[in-house]
Amino acid sequence: MSIKFPIYLDHNATTPVDERVLEAMLPYFTEKFGNAASRNHAFGWEAEKGVDLAREQMADLIGADPKEIIWTSGSTESNNLAIKGAATMYARKGKHIITAEHEHKATLDPCKRLEKEGYEVTYLDPPLDGVITADMVKEAIREDTVLVSLMWANNEIGTINEIPEIGKICKEKGIVFHTDATQMVGKLPIDVEEAGVDLLSASGHKFYGPKGVGCLYVRRRRPRIRLTAIIDGGGHERGMRSGTLNVTGIVGMGAAAALCKAEMSDDAIRLGNLRNKLEQTITDQLDGVAINGRLDKRIPHTSNISFAWVEGESLMMAIKEIAVSSGSACTSASLEPSYVLKSLGVGDDLAHSSLRFGLGRKTTEEEIDYTAQKVVEGVKKLRELSPLYEMHLEGIDLSTVEWADH
Amino acid sequence: MAYSDKVVDHYENPRNVGSLDKSSEAVGTGVVGAPECGDVMKLQIQVDQATGKITDAKFKTFGCGSAIASSSLATEWVKGKTVDEALQIKNTDIVNELSLPPVKIHCSVLAEDAIRSAIADYKKKNQPAEATTA
Repeated sequence: MSIKFPIYLDHNATTPVDERVLEAMLPYFTEKFGNAASRNHAFGWEAEKGVDLAREQMADLIGADPKEIIWTSGSTESNNLAIKGAATMYARKGKHIITAEHEHKATLDPCKRLEKEGYEVTYLDPPLDGVITADMVKEAIREDTVLVSLMWANNEIGTINEIPEIGKICKEKGIVFHTDATQMVGKLPIDVEEAGVDLLSASGHKFYGPKGVGCLYVRRRRPRIRLTAIIDGGGHERGMRSGTLNVTGIVGMGAAAALCKAEMSDDAIRLGNLRNKLEQTITDQLDGVAINGRLDKRIPHTSNISFAWVEGESLMMAIKEIAVSSGSACTSASLEPSYVLKSLGVGDDLAHSSLRFGLGRKTTEEEIDYTAQKVVEGVKKLRELSPLYEMHLEGIDLSTVEWADH
Repeated sequence: MAYSDKVVDHYENPRNVGSLDKSSEAVGTGVVGAPECGDVMKLQIQVDQATGKITDAKFKTFGCGSAIASSSLATEWVKGKTVDEALQIKNTDIVNELSLPPVKIHCSVLAEDAIRSAIADYKKKNQPAEATTA
């Protein structure tokens, strides 16, 4: 089978809409275009029916009740609503929040805003393997802790936090537990009941649905979680998220959820095997390679690899027919390497030299074989060019070198 | 971000990759940058001590495509120039030649630093004896 270029291996950034999802959406653009809030005519009823089905499909994927799904524009909005909404609602109980340093900006920045408003936030320092454990959370909990917000799976390295264990502790202490499950939903089976999650963010386009639609799961029973809305208006979505529903997007996200429910177990096995093959082929042929994050606690389609002595952006040039993401962002004057990798304690030099590979539903073995070979060739070529590799071969310990300021 | 054709050309076919004998009196070595900043350049010049002309230049660079291209270009430009002529090369010349975008200007600055650092090393090695006593 021939490979179609460029190869897309950035499925943690976004995924293509599945053709079956698109088909489900199309009638809602033209024939069934009604406003789901129009309660007094057939156009509205039809749109509402589509939204209701999607609500069931989404709830079914995460083990929730359909009434517990609040539609949003995506995970950034869901995180904002969860964190600001819960912190504001429960402010009388306390003003302490727990999160972690390697969370997504859509969690960190709402927390930072709350800090300016008088809340205190503990940012857990992740270990080198990237996994936040229940013990870490337990130690950080205070009398005035009202909210814990920790992602289910990390977007850069794919590690899975101890969510059910953390949920149990939060339940015992009566603390609201929010998880940003953007990278987890539709990839591995999850159940909000078993995991003791009170609030969960998800985004349609991460699992073969359209962009611009997401949801927040808000627990209604044991205990009933209340949120202060951040958008005021017509009182849609149980008053938690006003605004005319994005019916086409919602229908698409629901269809995508139903497909994931049916297919994710097989996909996870297949992509896990391909991911392992990619890592194995690369580590067999190159020294100075580190796979970031705890190997046995990762989502199956994600791999983050650091290549010593070469720089990430130049490596992306070497494999330019393959779309991946680089941990380094050599585009600003400050040349900031990935804050996620830095927070794990990965050295700056390695953080500058990392690539994230995100496999997806349509990724083939041929693509993975080709990618592995291109990466090996690229790294070898760049090491020939690298003064750091030369120093390494000369036996110089790079950590002892005093570099001139630049 | 799209790279200019010249950057891609230097990246795909880097000129003068390699190393010269850094212990030689006729060789000046400059190493600038730091791994944690995302780029390190090593640039070396071989000087004809009688004429002061740079007869050969080599580089190795850890960094993005623009950093590699800037140092590759720098080795091309210094060859055949005298040491003092090579000091006239400005980072803005490199920016213009490679059409570097603003976010990549630091790569050209680093290349200019590497040239200066290599020349300074050569001059230090070849200081006239009286200069140290003067």
